Amino acid sequence: MEAYDIVKNSRNADRWCASDYIKLLITDFLELHGDRKYGDDKAVIAGIGKLLDRPITVIGIEKGNDIVSRLEHNFGSAHPEGYRKAMRLMKEAEKFGRPVLCLIDTAGAYAGVDAEERGQGQAIAESLMLMSSLRTPVISIIIGEGGSGGALALAVSDRLYMLDDAYFSVVSPENCATILWKNNKYADKAADALKLTAVDLKEREIIDDVFKTASSAWDEKTINIYKEKLLTKLDKEYESLAKMPALDLVDMRYKKYRRIGRV
Amino acid sequence: MKFQGLLKPACNSLEDESEKNLDVRVCSRCGSSVLKSDLRANLYICPECNAHLMMRARRRIEILCDKSSFVEIDKGMESENLLGFPGYEDKIRAAKEKSRENEAVVCGKARIGGNPLYIFVMEPSFMMGSMGSIVGEKITRCFEKAIEEKLPVLGITVSGGARMQEGIFSLMQMTKVSAAVKRHDDAGLLYMALLTNPTTGGVDASFAMQADIILAEPGARVGFAGPRVIEQTYRKKLPDGFQKAEAVMECGFIDMILSRFDQKRVIASLLDMHKEEIDGGI
Repeated sequence: MEAYDIVKNSRNADRWCASDYIKLLITDFLELHGDRKYGDDKAVIAGIGKLLDRPITVIGIEKGNDIVSRLEHNFGSAHPEGYRKAMRLMKEAEKFGRPVLCLIDTAGAYAGVDAEERGQGQAIAESLMLMSSLRTPVISIIIGEGGSGGALALAVSDRLYMLDDAYFSVVSPENCATILWKNNKYADKAADALKLTAVDLKEREIIDDVFKTASSAWDEKTINIYKEKLLTKLDKEYESLAKMPALDLVDMRYKKYRRIGRV
Repeated sequence: MKFQGLLKPACNSLEDESEKNLDVRVCSRCGSSVLKSDLRANLYICPECNAHLMMRARRRIEILCDKSSFVEIDKGMESENLLGFPGYEDKIRAAKEKSRENEAVVCGKARIGGNPLYIFVMEPSFMMGSMGSIVGEKITRCFEKAIEEKLPVLGITVSGGARMQEGIFSLMQMTKVSAAVKRHDDAGLLYMALLTNPTTGGVDASFAMQADIILAEPGARVGFAGPRVIEQTYRKKLPDGFQKAEAVMECGFIDMILSRFDQKRVIASLLDMHKEEIDGGI
C-alpha cells in the first residue's frame, strides 16, 4: 500500500479499535473511570485486567466502530481529562508494580475551545514527563492512527510497536500539504515525505517492531492463532522488562528517546 | 539611536513600510508607524498599543542577562534533512540567511542579577521557531548541563510547534526534552519558562507547560491547537482573547504576565528566592 492509502485505511470505521484488542488480549478487564479533577473522557478507556496471568493496566484511545459509539467516544479525540485519567491510572499501576499497555488510535488530541481552556497542551506535556520516568514497564502499540501530540502522549514506552497498516506522524498529510504547499490535494506527496508508515519508522528505529493487524474478516481459528502469537510476544517482553530494576528501566527509556535526532 | 543599522529587520511582524523608508516599521497589531530606533529603545513594544512585538533571541539575551555574562553553547549545531523532505534544504538556507542563526534556538550559560543559570531562547525568524532535531537536542543539552552543574534553567519560547519537514523526528523531540526536564525536576532544580508570542503546538504541549514557574508576555498566543482548526469544531466565532496569555492565566496555566520592562527584575528576584534549592538545600 502507498503511504497515503495506509493513512486513509487507518481511518476506516470497520477496523478493529482499542476495545476490540482489549477483548482479544485481556481477561477479566475492569474499566475504571474519571480523572478525579474534572470528568470522565470516553475517548480514553482504561482499566485493569490480566494479560495471560499477569495483572496489567490497559489504556486505550477508543474510536468506536459505528456512528453511535464513534460519537460517544468523540471519534477517538481525547480532551485533557482523557490524558489525566491515563496519568492517574499509570501512577496507580506504578504504585502496585503493575505493567502498563497503551493502545493508540487517534487522529489527534481534540482541538476545541473547552479542551484548550482546560489545558490540552499542559495535559500532554505532563503525560510526556510522567511516562518518561514511570517506574514500571510500559508497552505502547499504535493500532491505527498515530496522530501527533495526542498519540505521542501515550507513546513514551519501553517498547513501541505499530500494526503494519497504522501510521504515526507529526502532522496529518492533509494539513502538511495545506501548510507547506497550500493545497491538500498533495496529501499523498506529503504522506510519502513524512515517512509515517510502520516500515519507515522501524527502519529509522523510532519503533521497535511491527505486528500484523487483525481483520474482522478472519475466522475464529485464524483469530486464535493471531491472539496466541500476540500474547506470547507481549508476555515475553513484559517478562524481560519486569526483571530490570525500576531505575535501570527508567534509565533505558531515557536513553531510548535521548538518541533520537542526536547529532 | 546608536544601535541603528546594527540590526536588520527583526521579524515578520515588523514589516518595512517601504523600500525607501527603512527607518520606519509598522506595528503588526495597530498599524502605527514607529521609528525603528524608538522601537528598539522601547524593547520592541509598540508605543501606541503596547503590543510586544517579535524580538530576536540575542536581543532578549542582551536585555535579560547580566552584561557580558552570556557564554553560548552548541552554537555550531546545524540541521540535516533527515527524511530527505522535498525543499527542506532551501528552507534551512533561507532561514539561516534571514535569522543569521544556525538554528531556531540559542543556548548558553549566563547570570541574571548575579545568579548563574542556563538559558535557552528560541528565535522567531528561524522558521517561526519550529522545533526540529537540533532545537530538541540543544534544549536537552541545556537541561543536562544544568543538571550536572546544579543550576536553574530559564527557557524563552516562541514557536509555531514541531517542524513538519523533520516528520517523526521533530515529534520525538517533545519526548526527548520532556525526559530531560523531568530529570532536572527530579534533581530539585528550578525551571522557569517565559512564553512569548506565539507558543503553540508541540512546544506548548511539552517544555512550555512543564516549568515550575510559567511566565508570559502580554498578549502572547499560548495554546495547543491552531485557531483555524478549533473554529472547525467550535462552529462559531472564538471567544474574545481566546488563547491570549491573559485568558490562559485565568484558566490557571500561567503564573504571571510580565512586560519586557519588568522581566529582568522579576526573574532575578525569583532566582534569588530559589537559591536554597540552587545550592542543594543549604
